[in-house]
Amino acid sequence: MKQEEIKAILDELKRTKLQTEEEIQAFKAKYLGKKGKISILSSFMREIDPKERKSFGEELNQLRSEAEELYQSALTKLEEARLEEKLQKESIDITLPATKIRQGAPNILEKLIEEVEEVCMSMGYDVVDGPEIEEDKYNFEMLNIPKGHPARDAQDTFYIEGEEILLRSQTSPVQVRTMLKGKGEVPIRVICPGKTYRRDDDDATHSHQFMQIEGLLVDRNISLSDLKGTIDVIVKKLFGEDVETRFRPSYYQFTEPSVEVDISCFNCKGKGCSICKKTGWITIAGAGVVHPNVLRMSGYDPKIWSGFAFGFGAERMAMLKYDIQDLRVFYNTDLRELKRFDRKEKEEND
Amino acid sequence: MISLEWVKEYIDLSDQDLEELAVKITKAGINVEKVITNHIDHLVIGEVKECKMHPDSDHLHVCLVDVGKEDLQQIVCGAPNVRENLKVIVALPGAVLNGNFEIKKSRIRGVDSNGMICALYELGLEEKTEETYAKGIHELPKNAKVGEDPLQFLGVDDTLYELDIHKHRNNDCYYHIGFAYEIAAILNRKVTLPEMNIHPIKKKIEDSFSLEVSTKKCPYYLAKMVTDVKIGESPEFIKRRLSAAGMRSINNVVDISNYVMLEYGQPLHFFDQEKLGNHILVRDAKEEESIVTLDGKERVLKASDIVITDGSKPVCIAGVMGGENTEVDENTKTILIESAIFDATSIRYTANHLDLRSEASIRYGKGLNEEYTENAIQRACFLLEKYANAKVYSGTIRHNSLDAKEKKVSFTKEEVNQILGICISEKDMKKELERLDFPYQLENGTFHVTIPKRRLDIDPNVNDIAEEIGRLYGYHNLVSTLPRVPIRKGDYIGDVKYRKIISRRLRSLGLNEVKTYTLVPEEWTKLFDYEQKEKVKLPNPMSQDKAYVRTTLLPSLLHVYEYNQARKNKDVFLYEISKTYDKTYQEESKISGLLTGNYLEASWNHSRKVDFYIVKGLLENLLDYMGFSNRYTFEKCNVKELHPGMSAKILLDKEEIGILGRVHPKQIKEEVFVFEISMNALMKKIKPLKFKEAYRFPGIEKDMAFIVPKEMPVGTLIEVIQKAGGRLLKEVSVFDVYQGENVSKEEKSVAFKLQFIDATKTLTDEEVMQVFTTIISKVTSECHAILRDK
Repeated sequence: MKQEEIKAILDELKRTKLQTEEEIQAFKAKYLGKKGKISILSSFMREIDPKERKSFGEELNQLRSEAEELYQSALTKLEEARLEEKLQKESIDITLPATKIRQGAPNILEKLIEEVEEVCMSMGYDVVDGPEIEEDKYNFEMLNIPKGHPARDAQDTFYIEGEEILLRSQTSPVQVRTMLKGKGEVPIRVICPGKTYRRDDDDATHSHQFMQIEGLLVDRNISLSDLKGTIDVIVKKLFGEDVETRFRPSYYQFTEPSVEVDISCFNCKGKGCSICKKTGWITIAGAGVVHPNVLRMSGYDPKIWSGFAFGFGAERMAMLKYDIQDLRVFYNTDLRELKRFDRKEKEEND
Repeated sequence: MISLEWVKEYIDLSDQDLEELAVKITKAGINVEKVITNHIDHLVIGEVKECKMHPDSDHLHVCLVDVGKEDLQQIVCGAPNVRENLKVIVALPGAVLNGNFEIKKSRIRGVDSNGMICALYELGLEEKTEETYAKGIHELPKNAKVGEDPLQFLGVDDTLYELDIHKHRNNDCYYHIGFAYEIAAILNRKVTLPEMNIHPIKKKIEDSFSLEVSTKKCPYYLAKMVTDVKIGESPEFIKRRLSAAGMRSINNVVDISNYVMLEYGQPLHFFDQEKLGNHILVRDAKEEESIVTLDGKERVLKASDIVITDGSKPVCIAGVMGGENTEVDENTKTILIESAIFDATSIRYTANHLDLRSEASIRYGKGLNEEYTENAIQRACFLLEKYANAKVYSGTIRHNSLDAKEKKVSFTKEEVNQILGICISEKDMKKELERLDFPYQLENGTFHVTIPKRRLDIDPNVNDIAEEIGRLYGYHNLVSTLPRVPIRKGDYIGDVKYRKIISRRLRSLGLNEVKTYTLVPEEWTKLFDYEQKEKVKLPNPMSQDKAYVRTTLLPSLLHVYEYNQARKNKDVFLYEISKTYDKTYQEESKISGLLTGNYLEASWNHSRKVDFYIVKGLLENLLDYMGFSNRYTFEKCNVKELHPGMSAKILLDKEEIGILGRVHPKQIKEEVFVFEISMNALMKKIKPLKFKEAYRFPGIEKDMAFIVPKEMPVGTLIEVIQKAGGRLLKEVSVFDVYQGENVSKEEKSVAFKLQFIDATKTLTDEEVMQVFTTIISKVTSECHAILRDK
């Protein structure tokens, strides 16, 4: 009986164990091949009593699928084993040192400046620059510092050609140039970080070349209180939200009133420490309301326009912020020191 | 240095704590750096109730002294003038004399002593000399009250302020009356000017003296004459006050001129009239003219200096120092007093070139006001009359070419409030102006203010007034507001934007940003002078290593390299973007880099050392990023500091924009590569960025290899291949360059991989073979090349 043969083959299948490639292929030939047992059985289909043919067909199909399943699973298992073996061979020592991926670091001053730029740009200030070899009229005269004024003596300037061409002693000439470009017609919001030069001997706190970050806003109805609010925003971003700002009267030729800006010591929170020299306050900027003469000379009518200007010393800010003792590190780069600065500032969401 | 005891002569401060006052003054803008006081704790007035000889000594006394305490204090005293019922100065245990000598309870030859009875020199109030020592202890008058502070009783207790005055305020806070006005404004009090009523004699100065001023640099000159002067010692208060200000007492006459200067800020000059003669001519100095000044030195003058002359020879360098030839001495009888204003800039210049910064020149250099020029000469005559027996001639000789206009400013309270961002009423504004002692008129809401002469620093504009009101209002009281301006997002503008973009790219390519100095030594200007630009040389450099403005950053980067090399930093990857200037002041921003060591590094694995091709790749990466792909080429170049066989110039749109290469081994032994390109040259138009679909049809890849002469640049081969390949050839890459076996010494083999794609259809082999054959024939005919068999 062909039905019994099916049963017998099923029993055989149950006893079959397939492991090697050869066994698997032999199994395939024996049962599933064209001349395999299952194919032979199916050729008897027509000889089966039509009444039983349906159930015979079903049983035969059942048998075929079991055989195929057996074959497939054995094959899969074998492949997996092989892959496993291959991976095993490929495994590496993950404790060996990494290949270094290079990423350059920003100069510390530039990093600091970029932070100021970011907060200022968010308040609508453009970042501009001007020439470092300047004309006397932009560096001094149009900033309300006429020839012979004592304020010039203090800024021991590098003159290049007589008293007319010089290395700029401050970034303020960029303000003048910006106002002249505005022709007294458009409001101005710019910061101009840049290099400046004065005849100072280089030491831990002085440098003949240094960087200022200067800002200028010219619009209508601008007050000293607006300046205070603006500086508040900048210093809080740089030194922390709990830092307070204090103004003290001061004097600059191109602003009137002029102030010196102190911030509460971010290190000791006002208790007094070595950074704030036990006063709880740190002087961080000079600022003031733009002098009407300066506005007028650059084509802005002080009856209509008013504004403020502020100037930070980039080196001083960076020294405070990153606890740097010697200003010369900004200009004599030891890469071991610099590379630390290829990093984001602090945790986010604080 | 300001003496508060002196200031008290002009303003009532009896109710003030001087430490607290210093804080108030600082907040209002004049920085009081230090408060110094000569007060001594445990120093009291005592009365000797009993005085007996010491049992074991022939000169010591044992005294019982009433110091205002319940018990009498036993004190041993060695002074010969100690006696019963004498009022004395007693230093009790705990008192520190002269800053370091602490009085303690002691036993002197077996007798307890609870303090010390003092002489003035022991308190630092007199110099210790044989004379003062012989006087013994100081005897106080009968009216001195036991238990009180003897220094206060003597009027010598003083508090000094050390000021850090900003430049503009120097001229009114540098002297005691000006400072009194500052305190008056802060405390809202009035200033009383000192006495200066004189009793002139009948003789008129005009009858015996004449003045001529021939220089514009002396707009104001006053002269008065006094006679019958008796030179002697100054009164105590003058000596004391000069010493507080750090000046030595010389004699009554010299001291008075200094005293008035410290009082009114006006330097005076006293000439011995007999030596001077009857005429003064103030004129510009003659070039090389010379004069021996009071300090005995010969000074050679310039034409820009001002001199006082007797008509012919100089007798004084105006505003700086007097001449020896007319100096007041102990025999002087008649004095000509000068009180003048000279051009401040000119005086500063003279003091500088003579390197002679006198008390006078400092003050003249800051500027003076004519009101006090007048007051000072009157005050000097008053003091000479009172303390030097002087008889003052009637009249004053004067020269006046000053602009007599008063400084006036008009404004409304709204304008001041607007500038400060505060809100004070008209009534308060009036109060503030009164505190400042600025005369004003109020007319329909507009203030018309006259600025006092003593405030040279105040210009007639509303901002200056706002500053004065603001600092009295207190800047610490300002609130923080933000400007009411339209919202916008700021941006980097112009070359700043380029610098930022390039900077970020170079950092991401592994280069570290450095900053170096613009000013360089002369030797550096001779290095990497590949552009042959003329350099800017500073006419007065600070030092030879900062004498030139650089036109290239490369020597500076080499310096940074050496600095790191010395510190054993092996892998050095640097860049800097900076402005450079040539002699025409033409500005050019340079992007410069330096690379050495391993670009990819793993100590145990494959490292990749920097070579020419990495630097080239880095620059291509940057130029592609800037939007210039296919617009640049590299050509061999000749820069003497670069390796001749490993250097190139970079061309963008066929124009030279920079160089790269290995630093010549003669410069640096190690393999160091540098590049420098002009940032200005990169500020060019580029095509807008647009999406481009990838080819949808499969391409065909073909390899080919040629044997070519060794010197044949592969770049030329690529050019020929590309030209011959036409539109179907999409990419040419080099996958092998070979020299060695099977290739003769004069030749090399170069293998290319070519990719052919037709954007519109699938390519057939025949189509590709056709192009392929064309390429081969072009290359073989144009490049002395032989196709290499597989």
